[in-house]
Amino acid sequence: MRAPDTNEIMLQVDGIALAFGGVRALRDVTFNIRRGEIRAIIGPNGAGKTSLLNVVNGFYHPNHGAITFKGRTRARMQPFEAARGGIARTFQNVALFKGMSALDNIMAGRTLKVRRGLLWQMLRYGPALAEEREHRHRVEEIIDFLEIEAIRKVPVGRLPYGLQKRVELGRALAMEPDLLLLDEPMAGMNLEEKEDMSRFIIDVNSHYGTTIALIEHDMAVVMDLSDRVAVLDHGIKIADGTPDEVKKSQAVIEAYLGVAH
Amino acid sequence: MVALGQFLEVLIGGLMSGVLYSLVALGFVLIFKASGVFNYAQGAMVLLAGLAMVRTLDLLVANGFPPWAAIVLGIGFAAVIMAATAWLIERFVIGPLVNQDGLTLFMSTIGVTFVIEGAAEMIFGSDVYPLRLFPTDAWFVLDGLFPGGILINKLDVWGALIAGILVAGLAIFFQRTKTGRALRAVADDHLAAHSVGIPINWIWFVVWLVAGLVALVAATVWGTKLGVQFSITFLALKALPVLIIGGLTSIPGAIAGGLIVGAGEKIAEVYLGPSVGGGIEYWFAYVLALAVLLVRPQGLFGERIIERI
Repeated sequence: MRAPDTNEIMLQVDGIALAFGGVRALRDVTFNIRRGEIRAIIGPNGAGKTSLLNVVNGFYHPNHGAITFKGRTRARMQPFEAARGGIARTFQNVALFKGMSALDNIMAGRTLKVRRGLLWQMLRYGPALAEEREHRHRVEEIIDFLEIEAIRKVPVGRLPYGLQKRVELGRALAMEPDLLLLDEPMAGMNLEEKEDMSRFIIDVNSHYGTTIALIEHDMAVVMDLSDRVAVLDHGIKIADGTPDEVKKSQAVIEAYLGVAH
Repeated sequence: MVALGQFLEVLIGGLMSGVLYSLVALGFVLIFKASGVFNYAQGAMVLLAGLAMVRTLDLLVANGFPPWAAIVLGIGFAAVIMAATAWLIERFVIGPLVNQDGLTLFMSTIGVTFVIEGAAEMIFGSDVYPLRLFPTDAWFVLDGLFPGGILINKLDVWGALIAGILVAGLAIFFQRTKTGRALRAVADDHLAAHSVGIPINWIWFVVWLVAGLVALVAATVWGTKLGVQFSITFLALKALPVLIIGGLTSIPGAIAGGLIVGAGEKIAEVYLGPSVGGGIEYWFAYVLALAVLLVRPQGLFGERIIERI
């Protein structure tokens, strides 16, 4: 059940500029994400890809430009607003709650969904208990889906890197996001792990209809997975289109291979 | 039989007073667990809570309120003061220092200590204020078995009971509620906590509020024991060996550490004291803590620190 490609624009960033002191991380970047698509952002190291994700989910505040998400335009996003609005993300260097079990990490993703008050939860009283069961049920579904049943109770700090990345994806999924931002979901993985992760990404997109934006260095993976690809270089968007269009772009070839002088 | 009776009396007395140390240590553990900050101001917070409570209580009783109403209102008012303190600390000290080094945050809590101590004494006075919330007389149990029975202080029993309830409550709070989970999450990783929509500033307020309320509970028991007075802030120093022995991140550790320190120093005082001229009670806990540091730096219940290379 592939999500319908409605061409409806879910997220639009217009003329974003971001500078850290003298470093111009992003220069006048305009970029959009359509509902239901898998959108890739690629580019050489230091091109501004992660900065762009950080602007979208409110970790960085751009110096110029506007962000329109689900029809509301803002100059800057706050992380809390982004999470409320249905944006979930994973991090390049895995940001998990290391002392907590895989299960608790994923449960933490349900934070915004919990409705019952503190006291009822402590007493495990009727409605709160039912709600907790419901959340646990959803979390167990995610654990099944990601095939990490065996490590549910293990503190994530002890898990190998590939599994940590999976738990992190699980936590993001637990938020039931409309837009999922993945920052190098396959970095440091072996071929088999990459194949698993690709499968999860495609399944998330098709089963839940989740819109996905991802940063990735593995070109084969990017070209396979994504509907549209944006290419950044030195903070400027140099190409944007289907994988085939991007592959043919002269600017992209030059950015990756260098220009003959 | 006399020897055994005496040993039991010393042991039980030690364990009970150890629980009272745990009450203070718990406040440290809470804040450290949830924000990685070693809160030097915990002792000052006990003083503030105690003064706010006892002064309100005295004022109300002097104005003809029935004692039970005065106690309820006094504790309620002290709780409000602790909430206000938590808010101010989050807003003006810890909040602006987000993502700073642990040592920076620790230094800031030293500053907070002086402000709280000064403000508390300025507003509520600096005398010794007696407090009578719990009975302070003693029971003599098992007097069929031992001549004269075993002396157990009723206040210590109350203290142990209250500490037990507090620990159970905190354990449930941390394990079962979304706020408890959020607290642990914030302690582990700020950015990740942000990304799942946990409002960090609110969480920090909650942490300091809970630590303030634990300080209030400690103040009710210690205030009854010693009277509410400035020297109550030195309890923070007594809590240090408890923390080192139990582990800075463990609530059960704070209790176990308190029991070990309490029982250890009383037993040492009674059985070793005479041979070295007494006064062991004052330093024994620190030697014990040093020994634990040498063998298990993370404490008996602390999380093992494993560095991946």
